[in-house]
Amino acid sequence: MILSNSPALAPLSLLLAAILIPMVAFRRRWLAFPLALSAAAFATGISVVNLVRVLGEGTIHYHFGGWIPPIGIEYVLDPLSAFVTLVINTISLLVLVHARRSVDAELPDRAMPYYAVVMLMLTGFNGIVLTGDFFNLYVFLEISSLALYGMIAVGNKKSPVAAFRYLIMGTVGGSFYLLGVGFVYMTTGSLNMADVARIAPTLYHQPALVAALALMVTGLGIKMAIFPLHGWLPDAYTYAPSASSALIAPVGAKVGVYAIIRVVFYVFGVDFVRHSLPLTEILAWLGAIAIIYGSIMAIAQREMKRMLAYSSVAQIGYIGLGIGLANPYGIIGAVLHVMNHALMKACLFLVAGNYRLKLGHSTIPRLDHRVRKRMPWTTAAFTVGALSMVGVPPTVGFFSKWYLALGTIQNGRWLFLAALLISSLLNAIYFFRILEKVYMKPLEGETPADNDITRNEAPVSMLTPTLILGTALIVIGLLNAVIVTGIIRLIVPPGM
Amino acid sequence: MLDFFIGHYAYWFVFILMAIGLYGMTVKNNLVKKLIGMTIFQVSIILFFVAAANKWGATVPVADRANGPIDPTRFINPLPHTLMLTAIVVGVATLGVALALVIAIFKRYRTLDENLLLEEMRKEDDTE
Repeated sequence: MILSNSPALAPLSLLLAAILIPMVAFRRRWLAFPLALSAAAFATGISVVNLVRVLGEGTIHYHFGGWIPPIGIEYVLDPLSAFVTLVINTISLLVLVHARRSVDAELPDRAMPYYAVVMLMLTGFNGIVLTGDFFNLYVFLEISSLALYGMIAVGNKKSPVAAFRYLIMGTVGGSFYLLGVGFVYMTTGSLNMADVARIAPTLYHQPALVAALALMVTGLGIKMAIFPLHGWLPDAYTYAPSASSALIAPVGAKVGVYAIIRVVFYVFGVDFVRHSLPLTEILAWLGAIAIIYGSIMAIAQREMKRMLAYSSVAQIGYIGLGIGLANPYGIIGAVLHVMNHALMKACLFLVAGNYRLKLGHSTIPRLDHRVRKRMPWTTAAFTVGALSMVGVPPTVGFFSKWYLALGTIQNGRWLFLAALLISSLLNAIYFFRILEKVYMKPLEGETPADNDITRNEAPVSMLTPTLILGTALIVIGLLNAVIVTGIIRLIVPPGM
Repeated sequence: MLDFFIGHYAYWFVFILMAIGLYGMTVKNNLVKKLIGMTIFQVSIILFFVAAANKWGATVPVADRANGPIDPTRFINPLPHTLMLTAIVVGVATLGVALALVIAIFKRYRTLDENLLLEEMRKEDDTE
């Protein structure tokens, strides 16, 4: 009974928690966090079950209320959606464990509604990934976006402005996507993705369907924050509370990535995209520009969260480039990087959160070797995360870049390969300047004697997720061959 | 050519509305005017769906066997209308969140002009 309904259980349990938290925890505030945590843990467990089922049984279609598509709405569990939901739920669970202390510190009176909104965001993310229906995807997209606006707006003084600008951009994105859905429905007469995938290849001379593809990718590109549609991202990540940026940055843009891969390669199909418009070429170029632009902007930042935000722009560029290459290596690299970047960014944002709690800031010029003495474990996790961002083997960052590089070589695109390599160098610049500050001894007499520094590490509930993620960066890096051959190879779209 | 314009006149109005909405969202400086633009933009998409579902000489999709056998060509397609009910709800929710943000911004900065806001924020960044 539970097993046969498992595709629907992750979003539904999270939605239930979003409703239960304000009702149950209205009087008993302390209940909000355990409820949110148990819903996230349950969703993670279900995602594991789903992935195992998909690997054993193949693609699973779940019909809501027993209505057969295209009339009813279906959830589709294939290797791609099972993998991405598992990544989203696992990382969110770890970040949620970390979030309790930083929420208590930064949003003391608003913890209860905050957790409810977090649950809504996760419902939206899970729904976007699992649904097999265009309009259902739009609804989940807007649910998660509305939750994101709220989560960003509770930060510091400037955060409502950042949230408002994101809201305007996000609404344009959502509306473009909806318009695209309208064109799809008018030309094919269906909203079911599998149904449209059957009809679309015969219609690639139809301008309305080409327009639909362009509108959908533009709309989802805003959610994904691909250059030059990334304008909302740096402010939103910087001014949001630490817990929000750690929850949003690793997975928030990834659902946009997922939706683009789903729409472009699975619904419209490789052939349609090749014959209709140079979409993949544009995505690859935008990705390459984003990689260089994001890395250079990251070097110029003084605030760690803002630096990580610009580095996210660059990392999304990697994924865009992988999608744009439209060959198996590129897709493997892109999907692997969805997971790897989520792990790295979660780890680094948790470190920024730990610094903010214990040092009261995360400004790069003010970090020095005393930080390492005070918080050795957090700084160690930061080091692993930084090495992984640069792409030092055997951390995860190396392997996704490796597949992307193979993809550029396979297509003979040497300029893109150069962009990948240069960006590794730029990553090294902006991470090593921090590593230099925390590991090198300052010049004699520059800072006061450091024998009065006491160990003041972040609390266990914050340190454990940080260290788990830091270890995962190496362990998953070593196990990457298992993941690629076991799961991601199955994801390569048909016709590629 | 003229037939093309006249035959699709509903869509031309919708696209003009869409352009007005986008103009308001991107060019106007006042945050409330941006929201007005956003509402116009969303409404234009709702009208687009509803216009596309229209059929001349067709009626409300209520199947009544007393009127003889059911003929699908006699009914307007109800699906886009129901989709747009959801889209209207989404639009209202977005507008609600946006207005709450506008109130929060005004309480903190005493202005709703985007340029002034950005200038103010930059000053704060420098003093930090």
